[in-house]
Amino acid sequence: MSRGSFNKAAALHLSAVGVLFALHFILPDYHHGNLARIMVLASFAMAYNISFGYTGLLSLGHAMFFAAGLYTAGLMAQFAGLGAAGGIILGLAAGFALAVAVGCLALRTTGVAFMIVTLMFAQAAFLTIFYFGEYTRGDEGFIIPSLQRHLFGLSLAEPAVRYFVALTLFALCVAVSYGVARSSLGRVFAAIRENEERTRMLGYNVFLYKLAALAISGAMAGAAGAAYGLLFGYVGSTFASIQYSIFPLLWVLMGGAATVLGPFAGTLLMFYLVDISSAFTTANMLIVGLALIGLILFFPKGILGTLRERVAPWLP
Amino acid sequence: MDFGPHLLLASLEGAVGAAVLALTALGLSLVFGVMRIVNVAHGAFFMLGAIVAWWVADALDAGSALNFLAALIIAPLAAGAVALVAERTILRRLNYNPESTIVATIGLLYVIEQVALMTYGPDARPVEAPWDFRVQLPWFGYSGYKLMVIAASIAVMLAVWWGLTRTRIGLMMRATQFDRETARAFAIPVDKVYGGVFAFGAMLAALGAVLVVPIQQAHYLMGNDPLLLSFIVVIVGGLGSLRGTVLAAVIIGMSDGIISVFFTPTLAKIIATLVVAMILVIRPKGLFGTQSA
Repeated sequence: MSRGSFNKAAALHLSAVGVLFALHFILPDYHHGNLARIMVLASFAMAYNISFGYTGLLSLGHAMFFAAGLYTAGLMAQFAGLGAAGGIILGLAAGFALAVAVGCLALRTTGVAFMIVTLMFAQAAFLTIFYFGEYTRGDEGFIIPSLQRHLFGLSLAEPAVRYFVALTLFALCVAVSYGVARSSLGRVFAAIRENEERTRMLGYNVFLYKLAALAISGAMAGAAGAAYGLLFGYVGSTFASIQYSIFPLLWVLMGGAATVLGPFAGTLLMFYLVDISSAFTTANMLIVGLALIGLILFFPKGILGTLRERVAPWLP
Repeated sequence: MDFGPHLLLASLEGAVGAAVLALTALGLSLVFGVMRIVNVAHGAFFMLGAIVAWWVADALDAGSALNFLAALIIAPLAAGAVALVAERTILRRLNYNPESTIVATIGLLYVIEQVALMTYGPDARPVEAPWDFRVQLPWFGYSGYKLMVIAASIAVMLAVWWGLTRTRIGLMMRATQFDRETARAFAIPVDKVYGGVFAFGAMLAALGAVLVVPIQQAHYLMGNDPLLLSFIVVIVGGLGSLRGTVLAAVIIGMSDGIISVFFTPTLAKIIATLVVAMILVIRPKGLFGTQSA
């Protein structure tokens, strides 16, 4: 890879964050709020991209890592009066710890068995939320008290603060993804995705690398979950359901697996597809379903994946 | 009621659940065994069977026995036709890549569920049982229809077993499962076998659903539980092993019926899901499996 392409890629990602910064001053209220939400969800999608896109681990249980962060931050705010900074850090730690624990067991399997094991663990996590319904209030969920939704004295209910916290999280996730994609760690991840046996034969401890990918992914998803709860003030079991394991897969596929900005492109497109279609139909899931089928049939590489293939091979 | 009769009642309820579960899981297992793909839309075909059964009964309106009989024939055919179209237009073009197929069948699941919601609506509606007599036991009366469900399920499973082991089509299916390339070299139309197996799997799920609608009402989300349970059964039984599937369906269906009579359902479900996950972690081939997932 030449030095020029390195600078080009770095410049692209910096300017993407720059554009999002500038949009804060331009966008009307409605889209401003949407974009904050999209940036947090895109962070979740980028977390999924680390394990699925770069390492080839198709998990169907990522909602549990998102929910681990969401519930850790939410419950700590509700019952221990913990503020936002601590909530996000603990949420990240919870996602990381759960990913390591699940990974130690689930990574003993591969392929279809891995999908089903992660699905089962996520289902168990989802049911656990109901089992402790006394605290989590199950389906109904709870509102995080606004007193706890403060970061360095600024209220997260304030649209501008919320936007910049979301942007910071998003920029950090882009930096981590970019770093992973460029590092030797990322090369090993890709090697595992392309041919696990060969990577093992070359002397790499495949299990440890896969565990590392899942741990990074879980930590990012946990942080995104905690931020989502604290920024928008609501914690509910929907975020732990199978749907929220499917969504990041959809977003990543749509934007392009194993591209840094693909998850964001996918989240943005899908969010507005559902948003616009809900103006004239209530069948959002029909759109999601058709999008999934259409994508896997005609664009298995996604938007940025196709771009990389045709126009910009330097895209990380 | 004393403990003995209570247990008997719980076992009977469990047996009815197991009978329906075995049919549904058999369909999933067959599709996995022959085609090596996981069909996430299997629960949607189950739901489709139940809803078509209600439609047929509602449109025909010719007495409960005749309605039910018509539903028993038409609903599996309808589900099979939808499955066949999906297989020909989507799965075949994906070349049965396991991961792409999962994504595509998730999409299919959403599409079928939403179309059902848009046309059938969010209500739960029952289909009347074909007859209404009770078998009087010394302690309680038991629905004769439920006993018939058990008998019908056993009959269908025997028929499937006979078809697989004693007919030419069954031989083709087994050959395809064993080795796709060699089967093709022996002029077995593997492509057609795939289409047929996928449709047949959906038909088994729909058949299970028709049997269940007189007991449990038709609803557009009713496919989710059977899907999860079928997964569990197929995995515990061993991916690709039909005998294991049936055995696991009986064990899990019976214990599900008995456990939910005596324990809180949420905790039982948590433990059951974790047990299944651990079984796969320790034995990726399942309990009776011969091929790895």
